[in-house]
Amino acid sequence: MPALAESSLLDTLNETHPGAVVPQEGLDQPTWVVSRDSLVDVCRALRDDPETQFDLLLDACGVDWPERAERFEAVYHLYSVRRRERLRLKVPLAEGDLRLPSLIPVWKAANWFEREMYEMFGFQVQDHPNLSRLLTHEAFEGHPLRKDYDPARRWILTEDKQYKPKYVGLDDSVAGEDDDMFERMEVNIGPSHPAMHGTFRVMAVLDGETIVASDVETGYLHRCFEKMCETHTWQQVIPYTDRLNYCSSFINNVGYCRVVERMLGLEVPPKAVWARTILSEFSRIMDHCVCNGSTLVDVGALTNFWYMFQPREEIYGLLESCFGARLTVSGCRIGGLLADLPPDFMERCYRLIEMIPPFLADVDKLITKNRIWMDRSVGISAITGEEAVAWGWTGPCLRASGVAYDVRRAHPYDLYDTVDFEIPTYGGGDVYDRFRVRMAEMDQSLRIIRQLLDRGMPEGPHIVDDPHVALPPKDAAYNQMEAMIYHFKLIMDGIQVPEGERYGMVEGANGELGFYVVSDGSGKPYRIKVRPPCFPIFSTFPRLINGGSVSDLIATLGGLNIIAGELER
Amino acid sequence: MTAASPSPHASSPPPTRTNLPTAPPPHPSELEPRRMSWPERLYLPLLSGMGVTIRHFFGNLFGTRKSYAIEYPEERRAYSHRYRGHHILTSRPDGSVRCVACFLCAQACPAECIHIEAGEHPDENIEKYPLVYEIDMLRCVFCGYCVDACPEEAIIMSNNYDMAYFNREQSVVGKKELVKPYTFNPERLGYRPHFPEEDVRRAEMRREAFDLVTAAKARAGEAGDEAAARVPAE
Repeated sequence: MPALAESSLLDTLNETHPGAVVPQEGLDQPTWVVSRDSLVDVCRALRDDPETQFDLLLDACGVDWPERAERFEAVYHLYSVRRRERLRLKVPLAEGDLRLPSLIPVWKAANWFEREMYEMFGFQVQDHPNLSRLLTHEAFEGHPLRKDYDPARRWILTEDKQYKPKYVGLDDSVAGEDDDMFERMEVNIGPSHPAMHGTFRVMAVLDGETIVASDVETGYLHRCFEKMCETHTWQQVIPYTDRLNYCSSFINNVGYCRVVERMLGLEVPPKAVWARTILSEFSRIMDHCVCNGSTLVDVGALTNFWYMFQPREEIYGLLESCFGARLTVSGCRIGGLLADLPPDFMERCYRLIEMIPPFLADVDKLITKNRIWMDRSVGISAITGEEAVAWGWTGPCLRASGVAYDVRRAHPYDLYDTVDFEIPTYGGGDVYDRFRVRMAEMDQSLRIIRQLLDRGMPEGPHIVDDPHVALPPKDAAYNQMEAMIYHFKLIMDGIQVPEGERYGMVEGANGELGFYVVSDGSGKPYRIKVRPPCFPIFSTFPRLINGGSVSDLIATLGGLNIIAGELER
Repeated sequence: MTAASPSPHASSPPPTRTNLPTAPPPHPSELEPRRMSWPERLYLPLLSGMGVTIRHFFGNLFGTRKSYAIEYPEERRAYSHRYRGHHILTSRPDGSVRCVACFLCAQACPAECIHIEAGEHPDENIEKYPLVYEIDMLRCVFCGYCVDACPEEAIIMSNNYDMAYFNREQSVVGKKELVKPYTFNPERLGYRPHFPEEDVRRAEMRREAFDLVTAAKARAGEAGDEAAARVPAE
């Protein structure tokens, strides 16, 4: 496949839009600095040109550089699912003029990302259908991710300023009509409703039993993850990442630590890499168990919940024996693992991979061919692969629509290129196939774990032996002067990550979990942007549920595996 | 668009479109939902599902299956020696607190929940000690960074996870709740710099090293004896 560098698109663009695109050299991935006025044209060309085909908008965020003449930068991460290539676009914006064209006509996924840029940095996105606050509440003033914003500032939301739903595409002309027996009714579900999996609020306009228009409100679990990262050292961010997708917190740790390690140019010891791969797969099983189990509870199949949660309990036991916590493990450290693996690690893992399959088989027998479940799920909130990519989907939900994109295969990390596994895909794109993909992925995860266990635990340390990154062993810190100094330096000043930027990704339990990290070399992250996989997925939610009934809404929400901690950060 | 443009790469063999067929097929624009077979239409697979639930029912009734439920207050989950629970301030054999108020734990804390006020210690070898040492248990995220940071092994964690308070003021615990005597039950200890199982492994490694030394001695005889004796064997 042609690399972006060999593509003739850049030359074409330079002809049609002179000076609009300037490639930036020396970064982790191809980067173009694009002028604001030609952004839409460039993006459309990037999407449509057969040599580039950037069909997926992964992430869009802002970065604030108060010292620069053009203070802000809008950063877009593009991905070509078919060509497996990445591109970063940067659009410099001066403080006085923050207008930014909307990319919704090119990628539908841009919708929520642009709302986030608007609230966090104050970018005035032009022609946006609903440019309102997304993660912060309506009484919030200012743009919190700007560098001059006080991290301790608080705002109180009063009832009169509450979010007013904005129904896109609701035909007002029919609203007053009373020919049919039913009146239009507005139904509010959440934020504290047991079927809303956390704290989402969905407002739906019903015509009879059919949802004709809907809107969602998010932000009830927003806790300024990105702002807090900027005020803490690099190591201190790790416990924060636990709370992104709290069903599989270990994968978040791995994702974050990997990016920082690559910025530092560290080689992680083989034992840590091996353990990270195994525990990531166990975390994935756990996450899929939670998702499938609770989806089935929502549609009334309670028994499966018990069967699914037993493996999860046992995996929690394994994580606890390794890292001392069940849910928020904080198991990774930059350069390795928190602690050496327990002596009975292998036995426990073998016992687990023997113990999990019978439970999965039970659920499979109960549900997969059960017509009651099929009637509730087949064809519900179906989305084609083409559309799902346009909405920025990744992960099991995308694979349920027939697009076999998996970071573990497309861009292998850790030990994934040495193991044999399949990427299950189905063609239905509905709740049923999302369930099936997760069931099949759990089998594949077990297969990966078994191969790695059979290889045996690599010898060696669990963390790099670099006193600038990893704390020296306690014995040394107590008894040796040099180790003591390193110990103090590392805790007081933190890890000194060199200046630069990097986008790193791992396959999270519900899609590509990306970390866009900018460092200015000061010992604290300059900017960390998480690419939460369920953020673009949830932005599709009104499109998915419109036309269905309220019970379909519940099944859809469960099947998408939206995790509030990750969505709202 | 691209075909018409003059490209600087025109002289080199065009690597572009010829390679495209190796790319995966275009994204599906049609849905292929699962179709039901006739037994599924007749709800027949529900019978095997009933078999599963009946098997579980009798298994649980006669106790032939392992029950995963824990009857909590009476029965407790066994946690490892790494569990990150309620903190412990360790003390010296004379009962005084080991902490020297160096503030490393407060610095390392990502939740900023540790508050220390330092005072002069009468013993000039110790210099400082904490007048006030408070942890806000509602803020704490139990990440164990304070334990990692402590250069004196003065703060460790227990495996106690029973933390319930009637109000927020109670949740800020001070030295009174945190300091545990030197003779504290080792079974209740949690995350700390040394784990018992690691000590076992270290002992094993030492034994292996010792065996190697003995083997080397046996092989080398008199000549190797001196060199082997230099290896510290415990």
